Amino acid sequence: MFEQLSNLPKLPSLSSIRKMSALTRREMYLGLGFLSPWIIGFLVFTVIPLVASLVFSFMDLKITDGIFTSPKFVGLQNYVDMVQDPQVWSTGATKGSMWITVKFGLLALPVGIFLPLLLALLMNNKNLKGQNFFRSMFYMPYIVPFVASVFLWGGMLNPETGWINRALMELGMPKESLPTWANDINWVYPSYVIMGIWGVGNAMLIMLAGLQGVPTELYDAAQMDGANPWQTFWNVTFPMISPVIFYNLVLSVVGLFQYFLVPLVVNNGTGRPGGATLFYNLYLYKTFFVYQDMAYGSTLAWVLFAVILVVTVALFSTAKYWVYYAGDSRS
Amino acid sequence: MKITRTNILNGLNSTFITLLVLAILVIFLSPFAFMVFTSLKTQDQISVIGAPIWPAAPSTFDYNGKALEVYTVPANTCVGSDPADTSTVDLGIFKKGRQESIFVDPNNLDRGEFTCKVSYRALERPWKFSPTWSNYTEVWETIEFPKLLWNTFMYAVLSNVGVIISCTLVAYGFSRFRFPGRDFLFVLLISTIFLPGTVTVIPQFAFFQKIGWVGTWLPLIVPTFFANAYDVFLMRQYFMTLPRELDEAAMIDGAGPFRVLFSVILPQSYPVLMAVTVFHIVYAWNDYFGPLIYLSTNRENWPISIALSTFNGIYGQKPQLIQAGALMTLILPLILFFVAQRFFVQGIVVTGVEK
Repeated sequence: MFEQLSNLPKLPSLSSIRKMSALTRREMYLGLGFLSPWIIGFLVFTVIPLVASLVFSFMDLKITDGIFTSPKFVGLQNYVDMVQDPQVWSTGATKGSMWITVKFGLLALPVGIFLPLLLALLMNNKNLKGQNFFRSMFYMPYIVPFVASVFLWGGMLNPETGWINRALMELGMPKESLPTWANDINWVYPSYVIMGIWGVGNAMLIMLAGLQGVPTELYDAAQMDGANPWQTFWNVTFPMISPVIFYNLVLSVVGLFQYFLVPLVVNNGTGRPGGATLFYNLYLYKTFFVYQDMAYGSTLAWVLFAVILVVTVALFSTAKYWVYYAGDSRS
Repeated sequence: MKITRTNILNGLNSTFITLLVLAILVIFLSPFAFMVFTSLKTQDQISVIGAPIWPAAPSTFDYNGKALEVYTVPANTCVGSDPADTSTVDLGIFKKGRQESIFVDPNNLDRGEFTCKVSYRALERPWKFSPTWSNYTEVWETIEFPKLLWNTFMYAVLSNVGVIISCTLVAYGFSRFRFPGRDFLFVLLISTIFLPGTVTVIPQFAFFQKIGWVGTWLPLIVPTFFANAYDVFLMRQYFMTLPRELDEAAMIDGAGPFRVLFSVILPQSYPVLMAVTVFHIVYAWNDYFGPLIYLSTNRENWPISIALSTFNGIYGQKPQLIQAGALMTLILPLILFFVAQRFFVQGIVVTGVEK
């Protein structure tokens, strides 16, 4: 789906449009007419808000203020405040929300990539019976409503009544050393990763489809050349499925920078335990929806957007070294 | 098939890997069992340490119209028993005592009331299977479940109408018309998938508040009439597989572009329309953030996801009600999934793997 993004088509020049025949011009008007719902929606719900939040970030603006009646422009003041905001950046031992977001992301991202890949590899094993059954069953929890799955896993992780601690106790772990999971500052991030584990189904299906699309001739050839399973994986399987890994990687990174709904539901956005779950986007959400500060909220949003953009562009620039698009004429 | 060494090895291998994946699956899906079991427990059972994991209640025994609690008693402590008998027996307690208690045997009423020299406090009570269905009726009534169901259903259906109409038109535009700039617009559309929603939500909210839509369903439904990248992509990929010869034949017969869409393309597009519909209905059913920001203030319009999220606050100490609510929320998407699995699987494969 993203292959085209690395190869941006050009916009037509005005003179080429002027030189069009009546027939091709008619086709253009018709085509644009059919696209118009999206073009209008893109302008109204994406482009204008994008510009508006940038403008807001240079103002002093509460949601209750009139935007047009008395605009108070404050220049870069919001950005200056932001750079010094201890809620965003760590100061000494107190961790800022950016640090929390990145730390959690570095824990959750490998799980979000390798777990679906492992499941897909297992599922693609030719000796596995009932592949279609397993494929459906591993995907199925993905459609469970987000709030419900947080409550289900939250219940499983309950220190007293949950099954996970019960199982650890059955395995002989002494009661005193059982983790209290989401209530413990050291266990809260792993707990959130576990609560999100039902999201792997989507990535697993995509990776499995990628694996099934690898031509068997390539495996035969690798076997003839005497490659061991590890070499086969790195030299055949991995390059062939690198586009789907890349697709999941980019979407996971964009999603993890905006992570905040789980702490909002589990701890009501309070940041418990000990402020460890005050994620960047949660801080942004509270700035706008609770403290009603539209200008500072927009500033936080634009900084996040800029960070995501830089990371995404960086990921795309690494793609040419490891993402292989079969049948790509640019080779 | 001949029995050879390779065949046996393959068979063992196959059994091993299938059992391994099955074991992973059981762990992966165990929260469903946790949910069902917990949702049928009583508050008492949850607070007792060492109670069974399945819904159960301490046994009782009806004796002359009186419900006697059942205890597990060592048989040799009772009057008239063999001192060498080390087995235990489940007895109904008639009169509780610290030194000795009076019991009746549910399986041997002729024995009458008899004394055993045990403190009843030292005894264990056997559990028997006993689901508490009333947890569901309690949740159903406190959250006004039928109203939530109706709200969520209306949101899912109305927004799906928007998605189907707008995405069909846009996908048709991208797949059947050639004009300069089209591919540029398509890449622009796809790139919106990366766009962090965070950066547009503040002005959107301010705008919807200005025009008085906050608290209504409109901010959630109206934007669906302006197409979205995933569904347009899915439909465009499908339309491109349909042969153009049929379009051209219809055009030679004088059909205009709308006629071609409705009479030629759409009749062949049942699978992709179904896929978009099931995806969207599940999306709308599960949507939490949109209703959270636009509907929190207006309880009348709450969908099911928002009502459920308030459970942590009200029922923090009653996990059985939280789990019953979770089950009531997820049961419909789950049924839809089992009915329409193949559309889910195919749809995801298209968005993830195709170019």
